[in-house]
This record gives sequence, C-alpha cells and structure tokens, in this order.
Amino acid sequence: MLRYIAKRLLLMIPVLLAITLVVQLLIDITPGDPARMLLGVNATEEKVEELREKMGLDDPFVVRYGRYIWNLLHGDFGSSYVTQRTVVEEVQTRFPYTLKLVVVSLLMSLVIGLPVGVFAATHQNKWSDNLVMFLSLFCVSMPAFWFSLLLVQEFAVNRQWFPLSGVGSLAHWILPALGIAVGFMANIARQTRSNMLEVIRQDYIITARAKGLPDAKIKYKHALKNALTPIIMVAGSMFGAMLGGALISEVIFSIPGLGQYTLQALTNRDYPVIQSNVLILSFMFSIVMLVVDVLFAFVDPRIRSQYIRTRKKPIKAA
Amino acid sequence: MEKTAKKKSKLYDIWRQLKKNKLAIVALVVLVLLILVAIFGPFIAPYSYEAQSARDSYAKPSAQHLLGCDKLGRDIFSRLIYGARQSLKMGFIAVSVSAVIGCTIGAIAGFYGRWVDSLVMRLLDVYQAIPMMLLCITLAAILGPSLRNAIIALGISGVPGYARLMRASVLTVREKEFIESARAIDMSGPEIILKHIIPNAIAPIIVEITMGIGSTILAGASLSFIGLGAQPPIPEWGYMISDARGVMRNHPTLAIYPGICIMLTVLSCNLLGDGLRDALDPRLRS
Repeated sequence: MLRYIAKRLLLMIPVLLAITLVVQLLIDITPGDPARMLLGVNATEEKVEELREKMGLDDPFVVRYGRYIWNLLHGDFGSSYVTQRTVVEEVQTRFPYTLKLVVVSLLMSLVIGLPVGVFAATHQNKWSDNLVMFLSLFCVSMPAFWFSLLLVQEFAVNRQWFPLSGVGSLAHWILPALGIAVGFMANIARQTRSNMLEVIRQDYIITARAKGLPDAKIKYKHALKNALTPIIMVAGSMFGAMLGGALISEVIFSIPGLGQYTLQALTNRDYPVIQSNVLILSFMFSIVMLVVDVLFAFVDPRIRSQYIRTRKKPIKAA
Repeated sequence: MEKTAKKKSKLYDIWRQLKKNKLAIVALVVLVLLILVAIFGPFIAPYSYEAQSARDSYAKPSAQHLLGCDKLGRDIFSRLIYGARQSLKMGFIAVSVSAVIGCTIGAIAGFYGRWVDSLVMRLLDVYQAIPMMLLCITLAAILGPSLRNAIIALGISGVPGYARLMRASVLTVREKEFIESARAIDMSGPEIILKHIIPNAIAPIIVEITMGIGSTILAGASLSFIGLGAQPPIPEWGYMISDARGVMRNHPTLAIYPGICIMLTVLSCNLLGDGLRDALDPRLRS
C-alpha cells in the first residue's frame, strides 16, 4: 500500500510539470501584453519595451519556461505583476478560505445527501421516494450561482438571518456552502439511492434478514456500508467540481479566496499568478483523488487485496 | 438490405422502450420546443432583444410585456427567447466538439492499444488533473471573452470524459468475434473503427451526450455570469442573471426567470438522459 502511494505521488510530478508547460504555452500563444496592461494605454513604446525587458518577457520560450521551473524548484512561485506581492504570501492567506468553503460544502452534501438517499431507497416507489427524487433532479439542474443569489436575496437581504458577504463567523459560510452544495447533495442522494437498491437485493442482506437482525441495523450497517464505496469515489471527483464552484461563489460572496485571486489575475493577465494558481488547485485536486483511491482500498477489502496481490506478483507497468 | 432493416428495428426498439417513460417523453417534447424557439426566436419574439423604451423601465408584467421589462425597458420575454439560442448554441456546439474529438481519441486509443493507448491515457491524466471549471475559466479568459471562445473552452474541457468513455466501450467490443472476422476479410483499422466499433460502442456515449448538453449549458451560464461568455447586448440567460444582480432587492424576477429557463433546459436534458440510459440498458428490458 505504501509503495502504491509513493508510486502515485511520483507519477504526480510529470503530470504537474505537464500542466505548467501547457499553461505557459497557452499564455504564450495568446495576445495581450502584461507590460502594456500595467503601464496603461498612454505609456510610450520605449517605457513598455523597457519594462518587458525587465520582466524578461522578451526572452525565448524555453528560457522563460526554464527559469520558471528553476524558481519553482526553489520554492519561488514568482510574484504578482500588479501587486508585486509574492504568490506564496498571497496564497498562504487565501488558500484557507477556499479550502474551508469546499470542505464545508462537501460535508454539507454528505450529511444531507446520504440520509436522504437511504430514505428514498427504503421507501422505493412510494410517493415520498418519488417526491424526493424529483426534487433532487431540480437541485441537480439548477445553476449554483443562481441559487446562491436567491439564497442571499431571501435569507440575507429579506430575513437577515445570515450576513450578506465576506468572511468571519461560521454564519458567513452557511449560504455560500449551501449554494455550492445543493447540486452535489442531490447528486449524492441519487447515487446513494441507486447503490442501496442494488445492495439490498444481495444475498447477504437476505441472510441478515433471515437471522432476524433489526431493520435499522440491516439498513445502516450491512447495506449502507457496502453502498458507500462508490459514493466515496463520487465525493472525490465532486471535490474538483466544487473547487470550480468555489471560484464563482467566492465572487458572489466576496470571499477573499483563491478563486477570486485567479479571476482577478485572469482579467489583469497577471501570468505568474495564473500559472501558480492553476498549479496549486490542480495539485490539491490530484492529492484528493489519491486520498480517495487509498480510502477506497481501505474501505473495501476486495480492492485492498488487489494491491497486495500486485505486490507479490508485479505486473509490468505499461 | 438486411442491415438497414436490422438497424431500424434497433432504433425502433430504443424508441419503444423510451416511450414507456412518460417523464422522458415530456422532457423530449420540452427540448424539441426549446430547439424550435432557439431556431425561430426572431419570428416568435414580440420585440427585438435590444428594443428599448425608457417609459417601460422595470415595467410590471402586462398584456404588452408578458414578463415585464428590465432597466432599459427591454421586453424580458423576448430577451429570454433570444437567450435560448445562445444557451442552446453553447450546449450543443460545445458538446459536439468534445464528443467528436473525445470519441475519436478514445476509439483510436482503445482500438490500437499498446503505446498509443498509454500515451493518450497519460495525456488525459494531465488534462483531468485540472478541475474542469478552472480549465474552462482559464481557457475562456485567455482566449478573450466572447461566446465563440466560451464554446471553444467548454468544448475542449469536455474532451477527456468522452475519450475515456469511448475507450472503455471500445475495449469491451474489441475482442468480439465480429471484429476478428472484419480483420479476416482485410478491413483497415479506421474502417473497422467507423463501421463496427463505433456503432457498437455508442450507447453509453448517447446517454453521456444528452446529459452533457445539460451540464455544458450550466457551465456556459456560469461563464457568462462572470462575464466570460456571451457579450452584451445579445442576451444569454447566465448573463441576464448577472445583469439583474444589482437590482435583485426590488426586482427579483429579472434574475428568477432566466434561472428557471436554465433549470428547465438542464432538467429536460437530465430526464431524457435518464430515460435513454434505461432504454438502452438491456438488463432493464422486460
């Protein structure tokens, strides 16, 4: 298992390197001059040229990319063209906000989505199941930013139960997280329901019933536990989608996280910031996917045994 | 002759299965109506999307303006109709782009296997390590804000999903006898892929495309919302919502209507996708 984790971590290095290369290439082929952006339209051509020289924008692609990677290896992510602050500094203050937003949303979707799914599965084809599933379809189909705006309108502006925007107390996180979570919640509920229905038909559930186990124990211990494995997978890939949702939510709720930072950088053509933000967010996502895979093996002994077998009889990597 | 007859019966079979699912049929009808609205919008809309009249600023719904007017006195109902075209365009074109590129890549990787496959899979790993929305936003912003660029960004971001799905389908079809017999009669690789592999691996792709149109419309609306999609004055649902943000306190309906339009469209795609999945799943056949 440890070997597997180490291998996955090593595999992440070329992937992340490739990402930096792709972003650098993308930035390179697109029009727009950051030096011109910084100095404004009225600056003279010489001034712009001078700044380009200073920023090293005129060097050939390979030199610039090499320099970037070299600095990266030394822990230097560059600094913003606009604010001159180093990216590391900026990310350190912003990262916790984004992480908190995503984690709260994820927890919210799991805490609400799972029981709803179990409820629907155990009331299969009754009106309550149909109602829940129909409502969840609505939730899946809603634009998250639209729902967030409606939440703000109703609960922050009209009723004033929650603060409008910004960060601070726990109450600040409820609306943004709910706005992001609602679609995922419904998704988890639907997934849980269909997994539960599949599991409930298995022989070991009949066995448990025949043994005379109490209904709740069968539902939550035997059925849900086995239905849970695919849901971990879903929750992991949701993390990536939630990072995307957070980008937009941060703008709506003025949360000073990575999303806002990235969007600002994109409008200002602040290349070092774009570079490192894409890298950091992708790194985060890759780590989560790795955690999911490990967790997957941890929860499901059938998958765990596969890893053990591969260790004994190594299959040549393709 | 026999081949076409068989093909027809297969399609007919799917249709017969789908017909049993009332929700899916309703969704299909809604989608067809939406497509008609998108195509014939200019003939249906009572006003032009940019016809302004200061007198009608924030007009209440009336016989003249079914859903009222926005700040500039533009008819909301007409703008929603014009918006359908932009939103559906984003969904359909972007998904076609991703599906065509993705399926081609996936089919090639799955069919030829070996180093081609590993190369493609490693590239897809890189691709998918970037959260999709981040990729969309970055691409759209770097290319410059416009509807066309948003569609390109959405299309490119969608590729890996289709590629993986197609590859997986191809892998299950590849070892079947009829592929072997096609090889035996000396068909070329591309010919086998086009004539035998793709038709037999297409079922899950169809479901994915139907659902994908919905999720792409959602993502496209988000792009427009942050100003990276359709540009004013041409109305787009996501943009209309962001436009109405400032006046939500007094005129919430301005933001609510376009949201409902997005939701209904995406909901229809999801319902139809669900229905198609059931119809295409041989295990569920009675």
